[in-house]
Amino acid sequence: MAASNNIYSLSVEASTSQLAKVRDFVAEHAERLGLSEKEIGNIRLAVDEAYTNIIKHAYKNIPAKPVEIELGSDNSHLWISIKDEGESFDPGAYNEPDIKQRIKNKQRGGMGVYLIRKLMDNVQYNRSGHMNEIRMIKHL
Amino acid sequence: MKNFGISIREVENIRVLDISGELDAHTASQLENSLKALIDQNEICIIVNCKGLDYIASAGLGVFMAYIEDVRGMGGDIKLTNMNERVYNVFDLLGFPTLYDIHDDESEALTGFNK
Repeated sequence: MAASNNIYSLSVEASTSQLAKVRDFVAEHAERLGLSEKEIGNIRLAVDEAYTNIIKHAYKNIPAKPVEIELGSDNSHLWISIKDEGESFDPGAYNEPDIKQRIKNKQRGGMGVYLIRKLMDNVQYNRSGHMNEIRMIKHL
Repeated sequence: MKNFGISIREVENIRVLDISGELDAHTASQLENSLKALIDQNEICIIVNCKGLDYIASAGLGVFMAYIEDVRGMGGDIKLTNMNERVYNVFDLLGFPTLYDIHDDESEALTGFNK
């Protein structure tokens, strides 16, 4: 694999108040790589969904928990890594949401993982020690 | 910091919510409170005009999912209008266009209510 060019990182607390800042961080760097407006929009949304899931599920809305975001690229890929120290997510146990059924049951949520998979080219979940990582990759 | 804005108008006895800015897990509660207040007052014919909406995440869509059954059960509806292409694309990815009444323009939604 080709060496990464610059890697940019952002440390934030797990809080929905930081969502706009996180989205703008990835959008700013994606823009520098010359991605189209649509692709940048897709990346903003995928990162929003991943970070929101960390706040709600990994940390269960407990404030002041750490989240590390890294963005890097080589000649053919853009990758975004988001790390947390909360409860891990088992992607194997995840089922595609049946929106019609969820509406009937007045349920919400469960759509983020599905959206991330639709919006990015490759999504990996890693667990190392107490650290969870979601790594989202977009082909350039 | 980006804002989310919401205001309510009345057009031909229909309540129209104009929403603008970015609708995400942080701002969704504002939309939820406004919708809930209308439904509590038995105002169940609702149009959400998304003309000023720049961005939506699934937490925003979740608000519509939580209330549409109640509103339709009471004989009303929540119709969505004037989405830009990016916002519509998120609804489309999740299959919402077959489950919700989505219109290009507010006037079409008003006609739908007055049929």
